[in-house]
Amino acid sequence: MAHHELAMPIDEATARSLRVGDTVTLQRTLYGIRDATQIHLFDRGRTTRFDMAGHAVIHTAPNVRRVAPDAANPAGYAPLCVGTTTSDRMERFTRPLMERHGVRAIVGKGGLREASSAAFRDLGGVYLAIVGGTAALETTWIEAIEDVDLDDLNPESLWKFRIRDFGPLLVGMDSVGGSLYETVRDAAAAKRAGVLASLGVKAP
Amino acid sequence: MKIEPAAVEDASRELYIRALKMLPPDIKEGFATLTARETDATAQRVLGTMVTNIAVAEARDNLLCQDTGIPIYNVEIGRGVEVDGVALKAAIRKGCERATREHPLRSSVVHPLSRRNEHTSCGAEVPVIHVDFVDEDQTLRLVMIPKGSGSENNSFLRMAIPAEGVDAIKTFVVDCVLAAGGKTCPPTIVGVGIGGTSDLCVALAKRAATRALGTRCADAEGAALEGALTRAVNGLGVGPQGLGGDATAFAVHVELAATHITMNPVAVNMQCHSARRASATFTPAGVRYGY
Repeated sequence: MAHHELAMPIDEATARSLRVGDTVTLQRTLYGIRDATQIHLFDRGRTTRFDMAGHAVIHTAPNVRRVAPDAANPAGYAPLCVGTTTSDRMERFTRPLMERHGVRAIVGKGGLREASSAAFRDLGGVYLAIVGGTAALETTWIEAIEDVDLDDLNPESLWKFRIRDFGPLLVGMDSVGGSLYETVRDAAAAKRAGVLASLGVKAP
Repeated sequence: MKIEPAAVEDASRELYIRALKMLPPDIKEGFATLTARETDATAQRVLGTMVTNIAVAEARDNLLCQDTGIPIYNVEIGRGVEVDGVALKAAIRKGCERATREHPLRSSVVHPLSRRNEHTSCGAEVPVIHVDFVDEDQTLRLVMIPKGSGSENNSFLRMAIPAEGVDAIKTFVVDCVLAAGGKTCPPTIVGVGIGGTSDLCVALAKRAATRALGTRCADAEGAALEGALTRAVNGLGVGPQGLGGDATAFAVHVELAATHITMNPVAVNMQCHSARRASATFTPAGVRYGY
């Protein structure tokens, strides 16, 4: 249960050193990505000028304000409220994100499933759990929106955030098959019969 | 009492923003109750982060969650109220659009086929507007609910049959909570609709999920089921964010309607821990904002 300060980007060995139950704080750079972003990247052949190799992506679509570009807001967007969406919908994009873009960590809420676990194992990556629905707090970890690509998909653009002390995040899935979500899911499923019996349900 | 559309428009704008920033007191009390009895260390940390977030949002005048949701406005019209219904609906829509542009807010609403986002939080049939009539004198109330997608994507309907009895309802609720896992941003309010037609059953589930904590089903058998199901789902160990623990749900709420002799429908709709809700009450004395 170690804590890791990770200045992004990281290499494969660092990603593989993280274990379920560890905590992580990210520094420097984080990319924001969402359903439409990945549908366009992986189903519709779009490309990005961003190099995400070794980086972390967060499942997000932020609230922003359009402003005149300056040193504080180089992309012409001020971050208002940046939070995290449910990861599960984007399960099938984990492997292409890692294979084609070299992504090493996915920040999200609610967890991913078996195909993502396999991608983390094969390619060296982790899932970092943030507390969903706590966007006001999360926004205090964002210094600026440095750049944006695929902005016709706004708010589901590909965002480049400059971050500071982004976390602590909990390693929810690791590269050796560990998944806190699977553990909890299996334990909860094992309690189903007892819970239904407590409700007086016959022969569930 | 005559209601001016301009006042409804202003209130509809204000309500969307207020709902996104200030959590109702009953939900805050719900967090205190869950935290007091949580036995899991990770769950305690997760609940602590959620409570901190509420304070950060208030201190910084920021949104609690980035998901501005699908905007829902429930309109309750009392007795002795004179209002142009068509103008009222147009005013709500205009207020919702103004909140989105003027704050600004992320428009989370797209056309279901083209996926085009008009950046207004509005579209065909959205904002969702429900109008009902209540036995209150000289009163019109607007209740605004931004319904987040994490919880809404876990909505379920089962047209069970009479031979399956109440057991089918109980089993379905437990299985929906298990299937949802951490995707709904637990702890949630689990709304259960029982009876009616299929569409009414789903609407009842939504009404149940968005009811204030501490309120009970008006039907005695429904209220008893609420208590039993609340204890049951909190025995599953799903926990806050699906990371394990006791606090899976603030409560299970039940709303019911009579149904057909051949039917036994049950629907589940969940509200995430950011259970946002804001109200504006118009009386001859003016507008009063609340939850």
